[in-house]
Amino acid sequence: MTDSAELPVASAARADGPPAILLEKVNKWYGQLHVLKDVSLSVAMGERVVVCGPSGSGKSTMIRCINRLEQHQEGRIVVDGIELSDDLRALDAIRREVGMVFQSFNLFPHLTVLDNCTLAPIWVRKMPKKEAEDLAMEYLRRVKIPEQARKYPGQLSGGQQQRVAIARALCMKPKIMLFDEPTSALDPEMIKEVLDVMVELAATGMTMMVVTHEMGFARQVADRVVFMDQGEIVEVGTPGEIFGSPRTDRLRLFLSQILRGH
Amino acid sequence: MSDITAPVRFTPAAPRTPPLLAAGPIGWLRANLFSSWLSTAVTLLLGYLLVRWAIGFVDWAFVKAIWSVETGADGRPQTQPCRLNREGACWAVVTENHRFILFGLYPYEEQWRPLLACVLFVGLYVVSAMRRFWRKELAIIWLITLTVIGILMWGGVFGLTYVDQERWGGLPITLILSTFGLAFAFPLAILVALGRRSSLPAIRIICVLYVELIRGVPLISLLFMASVVFPLFLPEGLNIDKLLRAQVAVILFAAAYLAEVVRGGLQALPRGQYEAADALGLSYWQKTGLIVLPQALRIVIPPLVNTFIGFFKDTSLVLIIGIYDLTNAAKTAIVEPAWVGFGPEVYLFVGTIYLVFCFAMSKYSHGLEAELNRHRRR
Repeated sequence: MTDSAELPVASAARADGPPAILLEKVNKWYGQLHVLKDVSLSVAMGERVVVCGPSGSGKSTMIRCINRLEQHQEGRIVVDGIELSDDLRALDAIRREVGMVFQSFNLFPHLTVLDNCTLAPIWVRKMPKKEAEDLAMEYLRRVKIPEQARKYPGQLSGGQQQRVAIARALCMKPKIMLFDEPTSALDPEMIKEVLDVMVELAATGMTMMVVTHEMGFARQVADRVVFMDQGEIVEVGTPGEIFGSPRTDRLRLFLSQILRGH
Repeated sequence: MSDITAPVRFTPAAPRTPPLLAAGPIGWLRANLFSSWLSTAVTLLLGYLLVRWAIGFVDWAFVKAIWSVETGADGRPQTQPCRLNREGACWAVVTENHRFILFGLYPYEEQWRPLLACVLFVGLYVVSAMRRFWRKELAIIWLITLTVIGILMWGGVFGLTYVDQERWGGLPITLILSTFGLAFAFPLAILVALGRRSSLPAIRIICVLYVELIRGVPLISLLFMASVVFPLFLPEGLNIDKLLRAQVAVILFAAAYLAEVVRGGLQALPRGQYEAADALGLSYWQKTGLIVLPQALRIVIPPLVNTFIGFFKDTSLVLIIGIYDLTNAAKTAIVEPAWVGFGPEVYLFVGTIYLVFCFAMSKYSHGLEAELNRHRRR
């Protein structure tokens, strides 16, 4: 959807520091179904990684394991230097540093847009209410909907709701942002407004991991693209490598199918 | 080629008002009551029956009714005129006995105390119903009011004579049982409902057992157990008051039903709400208190109030263990030989009191529902 001719966003990835996200031979099963198979991936601080693949390839499951909305059964996941384990304190620490944006927005419908944004800073970060509201308004301005602050989510369009969801996650000042198909539930006319916000966010140097089918966005923003199929990482490479010279027949087939639709 | 022909300009059409299908009350009548020959016939027949019944009732309840009777030389009411008047109601049974029906065997001169207690209860309901009082202070208001009610009913301090609980009766008993019953049952129900969805098997099993066991027996048998069986297992000398035992039985029973209602609300909440709260780093109790319950309870306001109303009336079952609530006091009032046979009048009176309370709850819940679900409006 986004024009690939737009200027690429300069990467802030620093390969020298410790990785923001590290997955080592992660395995997960739903009952007998093996959904993640020896997934290993390292994401540097400031790096933007786009994950793509057919539905059922495990890309959403992988991203949801990173803040433990799903629990992996084998392997290691280290986020911001903290290993995910049964230790609830570690989990809380990770969730404070990792923001997430969902396909279905998941705004809290009984709270106003502003309250959606201030809830976690006030209760989790113990921020004073006034300060949290100022912060929320700043992020709502950044996603270009400060005038909707007093409305309820149900009164907004899908694109506006998703931008609120992004602002809500950013209000926790996370180091890492996870996006789980953020534009898949949107009408075509609204996809761009959400992608624009995400491109701007990328320009600030945020570490991002994005599950999406928006290949234009991937070309413009991603440092690396991960292609998954059937619970495995099939190929990892720069957008140029992945889209320009796919090595596997599976990726070639996938690209030919998604590009046909565009 | 497209750059040769200029695009046709799209102008949106102006909105129009919807067509008038049924204009005014006459249109409504025609559409709903007289749309066909059959419909007209049914309307006329039911209308006739309704009018006939209403005329008969007005005749009985007002035109031919007797409102008071003389007191005879023996100090007993002379109900002979009532007995001769077979076509009219005898409201004297209510006017003569209303103090007993409302306050039971409470000492006659002291009956301003239960009256004041009832007024305080109603005041408490009104204050609690107003959203601007929904603050932490409300808990203190409740505590103070209930303490004052306790002092008024028991007495023994501040120059009030002590009145044994055995002598309490009528409306205060009904209000005590239902107010304490629901006030304690509701939080318990929320905990049980949350417990049924707990990830810890032990908590889950206890909650499921509690709900299934309590729900599986009639309230009457639970009241019997509380009044007859339970004291058998108490150590010698320890005596827990009958009213308190009945109260606990009502609480436990109501909580089991309410828990299932609350659980319905919890299940109606999309999983994404839990995930979003988790992803933001909210703790379990923050998530439950700020995200889950506010939404779940709003969803279940109608069945919740349904259960509340049901339990308000179910408190009348305590008559089975000899507690004089409103219904039992009314029943006892017509045991007296002079008043035997005037059941309809007494029950109509008591029924009206129940109706007033239940209707108020129902109306209030409609308003609350509309107000709390504002966010769903576009």
